[in-house]
Order: sequence, then C-alpha cells, then structure tokens
Amino acid sequence: MGGWKNYHTPATVEEAIDVLHGYDGRARVIGGGTDLLVETRRGLRRPYEAMVDVSRIAGLNTISQTDDGIVIGCGVTHTEIVNDERIMRHGQCLAESCSVIGGPQVRNVGTLAGNVAHALPAGDGTIGLLALRGEVEIAGASGRRWVPAKDTFIGPGKSVIDRHREVLTRMRFEPAGNGEGSAFHRVMRPQGLCLPIISMAARLKIDGGSITAASISMGPVGPVPWFAEPAAKALVGGPPSQERFEKAVAIVLANVTLRTSKYRATEEYRSAMIRTYLPLILAAAAERAGAAR
Amino acid sequence: MAIELTINGQAVSLDVEPDMPLLWAIRDLAGLTGTKFGCGKALCGACNVHLDGQVMRSCAIPVSAAAGRKVTTIEGLAADGNHPVQVAWRELNVAQCGYCQSGQIMSAVALLERNPNPSDDDIDAAMSGNICRCGTYTRIRQAIHKAAEDRS
Ligand SMILES: Cc1cc2nc3c(=O)[nH]c(=O)nc-3n(C[C@H](O)[C@H](O)[C@H](O)COP(=O)(O)OP(=O)(O)OC[C@H]3O[C@@H](n4cnc5c(N)ncnc54)[C@H](O)[C@@H]3O)c2cc1C
Ligand code: FES
Ligand code: FES
Repeated sequence: MGGWKNYHTPATVEEAIDVLHGYDGRARVIGGGTDLLVETRRGLRRPYEAMVDVSRIAGLNTISQTDDGIVIGCGVTHTEIVNDERIMRHGQCLAESCSVIGGPQVRNVGTLAGNVAHALPAGDGTIGLLALRGEVEIAGASGRRWVPAKDTFIGPGKSVIDRHREVLTRMRFEPAGNGEGSAFHRVMRPQGLCLPIISMAARLKIDGGSITAASISMGPVGPVPWFAEPAAKALVGGPPSQERFEKAVAIVLANVTLRTSKYRATEEYRSAMIRTYLPLILAAAAERAGAAR
Repeated sequence: MAIELTINGQAVSLDVEPDMPLLWAIRDLAGLTGTKFGCGKALCGACNVHLDGQVMRSCAIPVSAAAGRKVTTIEGLAADGNHPVQVAWRELNVAQCGYCQSGQIMSAVALLERNPNPSDDDIDAAMSGNICRCGTYTRIRQAIHKAAEDRS
C-alpha cells in the first residue's frame, strides 16, 4: 500500500515520539490515513519505513469542554465532531465544515488533526477551525506547545509540524459566548476527488447591535488556508449590515490571488462566489449570534 | 508478519505484509470475495466493510490498522444471506450488474443500526459515499425504507 515495513500503534504520546525518533525521519505520523494512504499508493510520496498511528492514543479520542475551551483530541474523527452537541453549539462552523468532507465512510475514519496537519490550502475542517481562532498543540521531543492554527501553515502541504518527529496532539477553541455565532459554506462540484472551488467560514460577536469581534477564513485563495484578518477587522465597530459585509468582500478580493484551474473554476467564477457567499455566511453567523443563548 | 483480527466473528491470524490494504487481506487471504475492488482510492464505496461497527473503506485502511479489531463483511451480516436489508434488496430487485451492491448494503446496514427509521434525506446523506454505475439509487432508497418497515 505504500511500501512501509512497520506499523506502530503507540498507546501514549511519549511512546509515539520515541518511536518516531527511533526512525530519525524515516517514519511518518498517520491519523485516519485517508490522505496519506491514497497519496503514498499513488506514488506521490517517497516510501516511509514505518507508519506511526496516532489515532488510538488513550485520552486523545475525545472532545471535552474545559477551562481552556473546547478541546478535540487528534484521534477524533469528522463524524464524531459533526455529532457533538458542544461543537454544534459553540463552534457551528467547524461542525459544518467537517460535515462536507468526503462521504460518510471517509468521515468515519478521517480526523480533524490530519486535515490541519496536512496543511492543504482548502482543507475544510481547517477552514472551520481557523474562523474559530483555533489553536493546536504540538508535541515533540522537547515538550508540548500550543500554537495558533493559522501560524502552522507555511505552504501547500507544508506545516511547521514536523510530521516525521512531532504529533499534533490536540486542538482547541474558545466556546461561543453571548452574542456569538459562526457559519461555514463550501462551493464545490458534486462529490469525488474534487477540491473545493471556494470554502469560507466566519465567526462574529455582536453586542448592542454592533460587531465587536470578527474572524473570517477561506481557501483556496493562496498557498495556505487564509485567516482573513484585514477583512475581519473592517467588520468590527458597526452593525452587521449588507453594506459592511460588502466592505469585507472588497478587502478580501483586494488581498487574494485567485487561480483559474482547468477542471474546477476560473478566477472570475471564484471571485463571484466570494461576492455571493461571503455576505451570506456573515449574515448567517450574525443571525446565529442574535439567536444565541 | 502475522496480524490477528476478527472477521465475521471468527478470530483469524493472517500472514501479511503490514502495508496490504484490508480489502486484499479480506479477499485474497481470508477468501471472502463479496467485498469488491472499485477504485482503490476511497472514492466509490465498493469495498465498504464495518470496522468495530462503523462503515469504512477497506481499500484505504492498511490491514495493520485493523489489528485487534472486529471486521464485518457482507458475508458476516447473516449466515443464510437473509439479513433484513439483503431480503429487501432481493424483493425489490435492487441490483443491476451488482458490483457496487455489497458496499451499498454495508452502508445501508450501518445506517439502519444508527437510525432505524431514516428519512429520504437521511438515506441520501448516509449513502452519498457509494457510487452505482448502473444508477440503482432509487431502488436502493426504496429498499432501505422497506427494510426499516419490515424490521419495525
Ligand atoms: C474520497 C475522499 C474525499 C475527501 N474529501 C475531502 C473534502 O471534501 N474536504 C477535505 O478537506 N478533505 C477531504 N479529503 C481528505 C481527507 O479525508 C481529510 O483531509 C482528512 O481530514 C485527513 O485526516 P486523516 O486523519 O485521514 O489524515 P492522514 O491521511 O492520516 O494524514 C494526513 C497528513 O497529516 C499528517 N498527520 C495526520 N495526523 C497527524 C497528527 N496527529 N500529527 C501530525 N501529523 C499528522 C500525516 O502525516 C499526513 O501528512 C478526502 C479524502 C478522500 C479519500
Ligand atoms: S475500492 Fe474502496 S472506495 Fe473504491
Ligand atoms: S448495480 Fe451496477 S454498479 Fe451498482
């Protein structure tokens, strides 16, 4: 399936790191394998000597709500995220983004951690987590550190996480408070080995009729999933109006490099989809914020 | 390398290369050929089996990831081939060429175990990962409703 000789299923993070270091770069971390195995088999990657499966580490198969926020272990699958009430309530855009990944059988195996660690410019779960201003915990030989998810991407498929030696162990985000809501939408051709035309998510906080905090994420609009800070900033300080949403759209379009791809969509079409859907996503997030608790 | 797993309730030990997809371990080593190879890329659903009760793509799971776990294939649904879903499939004559159908049935069984009375939308969502080249989708939907009724 990819030519590796050994498959390890460590029970703890420490054991996983030890095993990885034993191979000194010749082993690869694997979650559900829905990306990695298809890629290795198509010969898109050089063969590894071993796979280190981090999807069954004790304590990392759960979603929990702690003082640090909603915490999702690296073994958690998209199906588990979609079915979780806390995520639905506190991070609806994440549940929505994971719900469109592959089909049910892919979601039963694929993990959010694998989606984020893969660092593709338009990983759907990744876009959802970004809008929630999510953070990821990276464990390596020198210990563990929390990093904003947006700072882990360095290029298409390139992550600051050394996937031969480090493990993305957990992800977390702040639960939605009063007056907060989020939403996600993807424009795509029907099912298949298709990449999205555009995926976008937003989180808004509204207080006294005025937006007090905002974040927007999207892809593919460049080499990495984009945390659209300038556009989000422009939303803050006024009402959630169509006019304000269109201002954000203009800032997005001034900041992105949209590509024409032969099979998927033209630059013009992607831009039209951003103009059409971003205001709708923002409106949905605002409505949910208004309806919140 | 020997890998121990349970297939259709029976403990088996397979002598395999660890990177072999579960699909080929099931078909070539365990000799259970009801599970089909369609695309080998996790796209079509012909290879669906249950792993610890959840429906998954056996073409995209290495046999080593299934070590110590329970696999159910189409052959394991009922000894006599009369699982309520299989009966409904026969009565409504769902199959055309039949190639995709064992994968379809594995998805349908998983759906009904979770949701004994699914709506059309529930069915469409649960079956969206199964492709049928012959286009038997409408009969698949009817058969799932029928199996749900027959069971209740
Ligand atoms: C048919 C099909 C349809 C798909 N559709 C979509 C879609 O619509 N949208 C979408 O976004 N994706 C899609 N995918 C891609 C894939 O399913 C998702 O990206 C999934 O979330 C990957 O998770 P995984 O656990 O399977 O990752 P794996 O394949 O196991 O790993 C992916 C990468 O991340 C690394 N990795 C995994 N876990 C960790 C960890 N804990 N720490 C460090 N590194 C790690 C691996 O080394 C590898 O480089 C699809 C895949 C298939 C086969
Ligand atoms: S053969 Fe496994 S999904 Fe097509
Ligand atoms: S019956 Fe022929 S592919 Fe489905």
